[in-house]
Parts: sequence; C-alpha cells; structure tokens
Amino acid sequence: MDFFSLLYYRFKKVWKAVRLYLVIAGPGLVVMIADNDAGGITTYAATGAKYGYHLIWFLLLLIPVAYYVQEMTVRLGAVTKRGHAEAIFESFGAFWGWFSLLDLMIVDWLTLVTEFVGMTAALSIFGVPAWLTVILVVLLMSIIVLNGRYWTWEKIALGFCLLNLIYIPAAFMVNPSIADIASHGLIPNLPGGLTNELFFLLMANIGTTIAPWMLFFQQSSVVDKGLQEKDIKMGKIDTFIGAIITVAIAIFIVIVTGTLLNGAPIDDAATAAKLLMKTNHYVGAFMAIGLFDAGLLGAICISLASSWAFGEIFGWAHSLNTKVKEAPWFYISFLFTLITAGVVPLIPGAPLVLITLFVQVVAVTLLPAALVFLILLLNDKKTMGEYANTRLQNIISSVIVGSIIILSTMYGVSALFPNIFQ
Amino acid sequence: MRTINQFFSKIREINQRYAKPTVEMSRGVKFSLALLRVYLFLLVVLMVYKFITVLKVV
Repeated sequence: MDFFSLLYYRFKKVWKAVRLYLVIAGPGLVVMIADNDAGGITTYAATGAKYGYHLIWFLLLLIPVAYYVQEMTVRLGAVTKRGHAEAIFESFGAFWGWFSLLDLMIVDWLTLVTEFVGMTAALSIFGVPAWLTVILVVLLMSIIVLNGRYWTWEKIALGFCLLNLIYIPAAFMVNPSIADIASHGLIPNLPGGLTNELFFLLMANIGTTIAPWMLFFQQSSVVDKGLQEKDIKMGKIDTFIGAIITVAIAIFIVIVTGTLLNGAPIDDAATAAKLLMKTNHYVGAFMAIGLFDAGLLGAICISLASSWAFGEIFGWAHSLNTKVKEAPWFYISFLFTLITAGVVPLIPGAPLVLITLFVQVVAVTLLPAALVFLILLLNDKKTMGEYANTRLQNIISSVIVGSIIILSTMYGVSALFPNIFQ
Repeated sequence: MRTINQFFSKIREINQRYAKPTVEMSRGVKFSLALLRVYLFLLVVLMVYKFITVLKVV
C-alpha cells in the first residue's frame, strides 16, 4: 500500500470514528458543561478574585475526578437501561430508594432556585426585570422540552453549551500574563498556607464539580438516548471531553477575575460582572451572559433529573421522545418543579442566602449515598458482566469517592458551623 | 379523596415491587450500607443540634 492510500485509509477510519462520536456525543458534554451552573460560576469567580491564578492547578486535578465518577453512570445506564433512581430502588430496596428520591427532589428544587437567582441577577444587569426573566426562562425551557424529541432537546442544550464558551474570548480580552499563569497557576501551591478561607474555597470547588443531580441526570440521559453497550467507549470519550471543557471554562473564569478583580470581595458572579463592567464593559457583559447561560443550562438538566427519576419509580412514561399526551405526568412534574422554583426569587424577602446554605447541607446527605450506591452497583457482576468495575477502577474510584465524601462532608458541616475548622 | 387514595396505593405498590433488594448482600455491601446509616444518622443529629441552637438564639 503506497503512502497516499495509507493516508486515505487512516483518514477514512478517523472520520468514521468522529462521525460515530458526533452521533453518540451529548449526555457527557451536556452534564459536564451544565455542571458549571450559576453556583459554579460564582465559585470560580470568587476563586480568581481571592487567589488570582494560584489555584488553576487544583482545578486541573478536578478533570479526572469528574470523569471517573461520571463515566460509571454511562456504563451503568447503557448496560442496565435503568436510571440511577430505579437502579437504587431495585438493587437496595424501597428504604434507600425513597431516601434517594426524596433527597434528590429537595436538592434539585433548592438548586433550581439558586439557578433562577443567578439568571435574574445576570439579566438585571441589562435592565431586565426579574419577573420577565422568570417568565421568559419558563417559556423557553417549556418549548425546548415539550417538543417531543430527545434529539432536538439535546442539540438545543448543546447550543447553550457552546454559549458557555463565552468566557474564553473574555479571558483573552483582559490580556492576562501567560508567564504569570504558568508560574503561579500551574505549579501546585497554597497561597498564604492552608487557611480556613482557602480550605472552604477548595471544598466549594470540589462541591461544584460533583453534584448529586449529575449522577441521576447522566444515567437517565444515557437511557433516554438509547445508548447500548457498544456505545460505552464513545460515551466515555464524550464524558472525558466534557470534563476537560468544564474545567477549561472554570480556568478561563478564574483568569478573568484573577486579572481584573484580584483582591476584590466577590459574593456572587453577578457582582463580579458589575465590577468587571466598570473596567471593561464587554468583559462584564460576557460574564453576565455566561452567568445567565450557566443558570439556564443548570435549570434544564436539574429539572429533568427530577422528572426522569419520578417517572422511573412511579412507572409513568418518562422520555423526551414522548408527546405531552403520552407522558402527561412527566411533563407536569417538570413544569411544576420549574415554575415553583422560579417563583421563589420573586418573593420579596425570600431567604435566598438560607436556601443557598441549605443546598450545600442537603447535598451532603445525598452525595455520599449516591456515590456509594454507584460503586456498589458497578461491582454487581451479575448485572454488569464484563462492564463491572475492574480492581484498578475500584481503587481509583474508591479513592476519589472517599475524598469527595470527606471533603464535601467538611464543606457541609462548615456551612452549618462556620467556625468549626478554625 | 380518590386521588389521594390512588396516590397511597401507588406508594404501596412501589414498596411491594422493591421490597426485596436484588443486589447480592455480601459482607462489603452490608458494611457499606451500615456505614452509610451511621453517617446519615450523625448528619441528622448535627442538623437537629444546629436547628435547636438557632431556635435558642431567636
């Protein structure tokens, strides 16, 4: 075979793989990029403003953490054809099932409220009143979800994922020092030592990378998309690419706030956007648009995670490929969650700080349980067969899950008792 | 009233359907679930303690 024939053969092979990836891509990308939700953007903005580029190395460590946890849901969904809630009910019985389902419902609803808070704050920068934002978001999300096709929903969600890349041009517009990023950010260091404040921020970064709804969402999404065992390899690649993109976006946000707002007190991403507007109007606007998009993506995924889980357990039709008439309860629960959460930020004097605090605490009760169930399910050789965890996968995932449980517990406890680790 | 009855009968049906765990209850699984129960119990105790201290302040 001559050189050009070999080259053509290789090109055809790669192109075939790329085409196959484009068909299967979706659940991993969407869940990972949606992971950078309104709360996540706030955490990254605060990280950059407080510690400049110094914690970029830590964010890079979160790529394997996110990947190893989420890829297990791909295998589980593709092999069992069951969502995470149904898998817990069936494998561990009704007690653990109800515990997970009710906890998921509470965490998702509270997180959804924080997404609406982020979206209304983002659009208020452009003069859009909060009530109008809520109405527009509910209408937009209803149109996306009620179209009756998973494929259409996924492509629209991927479009919003693309918009999340807005932080990349923003980072280039602030002219960061590449030498400073390399010297301060890529070499592991703890600026000022391991203080309580730094520890809290590190834990917040981990907490925002792995959230309970992500496990439920991706597994249900894999099932709804109809991925089979043969698609697992591509599903894992999809998840890995998603993990890289989500951390890359986080790093670009840290670069933006680390360059322009270094030392400024940042309580939320909307404040960061307002402060950035004073320095560079476009960068501030990009930050606000990104915050709105992040909240919207988070809201799309979180509300679906709950509806899928309820549908699985109550035996309702629960696919995005079904029309409203065929799956009324699935869509009613979706709209109910969405509208009730959207109304909360409009209530004068609503305890939004308390809600944010409560999200962290309740998530700590669900996350360890969901992660432990995940590892146990992946070790059920009777169900998983050749796709069960290998010894190496068990070691890696156990170390990651163990670390997440310890750190997220400390994060949740420190949210309850702010001075406990001082 | 009928809807509430239907709802509770659905809950009973779900409880019956998932009454028996299908996962093999090996020692590892039993230990993990027991540890999880202890962990959650401690968390609930902490939350109740926090709630009571907040109430006292109010």
